Parts: sequence; C-alpha cells; structure tokens
Amino acid sequence: MKPSGYNLDATFAALADPTRRAILARLADGEATVTELAEPFDMSQPAISKHLKVLERAGLITRGRQAQRRPRKLEPRPLAEATDWIERYRKIWEGNYKRLDAVLEELKTKQKKAVDALLEDVKPKPKKRNTK
Amino acid sequence: MTKSAPLKVTTPSDREVVVTRVLNAPRAMVFDAHTKPELVQQWLLGPPGWTMPVCEIDLRVGGKYRYVWKHADGRSMGMGGTFTEIVRPARIVATQLFDEDWTGGETIVTTEIAEKSGKSTLTTTVQYVSRAARDAALKTGMTTGMEAGFERLEELLQA
Repeated sequence: MKPSGYNLDATFAALADPTRRAILARLADGEATVTELAEPFDMSQPAISKHLKVLERAGLITRGRQAQRRPRKLEPRPLAEATDWIERYRKIWEGNYKRLDAVLEELKTKQKKAVDALLEDVKPKPKKRNTK
Repeated sequence: MTKSAPLKVTTPSDREVVVTRVLNAPRAMVFDAHTKPELVQQWLLGPPGWTMPVCEIDLRVGGKYRYVWKHADGRSMGMGGTFTEIVRPARIVATQLFDEDWTGGETIVTTEIAEKSGKSTLTTTVQYVSRAARDAALKTGMTTGMEAGFERLEELLQA
C-alpha cells in the first residue's frame, strides 16, 4: 500500500509546537470553537487562529459545518500515520535495548566476579586455621 | 526475566527524533556497551534476523566507525560516520550515514548518558540535516493502513 498522501512533514512540523499539541489534546475530548480553544491559553484569538491554520493545513483538524460556531474537530488519520511510524521506530529500539539490558547484566556479573576474586585475595585467612 | 523499563520516543522538533530509556547499570558500562565493538555487536541489531558481522570503532574525535549488518536471507546494510565529540562516560556525538542513504543525507546522532543511584538514563537524539531529509526518512520507515489508536495519540501528545 502507498502512503495516503498526507504530508508527514507537515504533520510533524505541526506537532512540534506545545500549544498545538495542547489544542489537539483538547480536541481529542470533542470538538470546540475557536473561543473555547483560546480560553485555557494566555493568547489572543488571532494567535490561536494561526495555530489552528497550521493544524488545518497539516490535515490534523477540520472545521464543522455549523455556520456561526464552526467548531474544530480532530482528524485522527494523519496523526495515526505519524504515530505509526513512531511505533515502528519504538519497536526496533525496544528490541535493541532489551538486548543491551542483557549485555549490561553480563558485564555486571563479570565485574562482580572480578571484585569478589580480588577481595578473596586480600581477605585475612579464615579463623579455622588459627584455632589449632 | 526482569521487566524492561519503558522506552520513550519523541519528536521535539521537525528535524529530530529522540529516544530515551533507563538502563539498570552505571554509565561507564553503558558507555562501553556503545563503544566497544564486541559489546555493540551483541545488541545493536534492529529487527529480528539481523546480525552485525562488521563493527569497527576508532573512538577519538575525528575517528571513524563502520557497522555492517547481515540478514539471514542474504541482505546486507552498512552504515558509518565520524565522531565529533567524546566525553567519557557522558556523551558521544557522531555523524551517521547509511550506505543506501535512506535518511536523505547525513544525520547527527547525540548519545547522552546520565547516572542516578546506579541507573543510567540514555538519551539518543537523531538530527536530520533538513526537514526534507527527515521527510524522506519518514517515508521509508512508514507503513500504512493503520487506525486511529487514541492511546498512541495520547502518548504522542504527552511527549
């Protein structure tokens, strides 16, 4: 299957901003108007509108039909493509790091053995020997 | 079996991917595991089926490294670069380029290791030369036909 045509670059660029991520998090709970979206932020409505435009261009949100309110709605698909890529990446690294865990455990065991052997060398002779 | 610590993948900017993981070992060991070929070959293998028959590391600023992976089915993949910064045991910065250049140009990989009460937090940052370069890399790594997955959405948003 070919990619659906969403521009992943635009998606990631849109997601790179904390305000826009917060807006998406809010929209994950349900649609909201620009005024409602601006409320929790210390930002003017035009500033919020700018962020919404970036999200819209990335295909991450759409506008509702209600003439006056025009509520914004989350579009899950492009975000899912981005997260899917991250998920693949994560799986590969998870595999690598599980093996790294094992390598480190082995190193720790080896180090402990070496230290124990050293301690054994410098340890005073067991008492038994002296009780003759 | 011990259960493994969660792995975090974030995209803090349009040119970067950051992977964070806690490892249950002091950072000198983690540093060794990243810089001694006989150790690197044991874990840096990627998806199942791959081994790393070639692992050469000249650990000094300006020194080069070269990795070659082979798959059981005959495929092979090579990668290499130059070290630009080495602070043992805390930090390694190196350039990185795959032979097939599927990342759309050289990337800069920064490995940072912080230690707290015997445990190490490993942070690996891959920075692409440009947005276009990362876009190319993303397209290569991409699969389609996924569904919404709101848990994953949440994970990403919390990043």
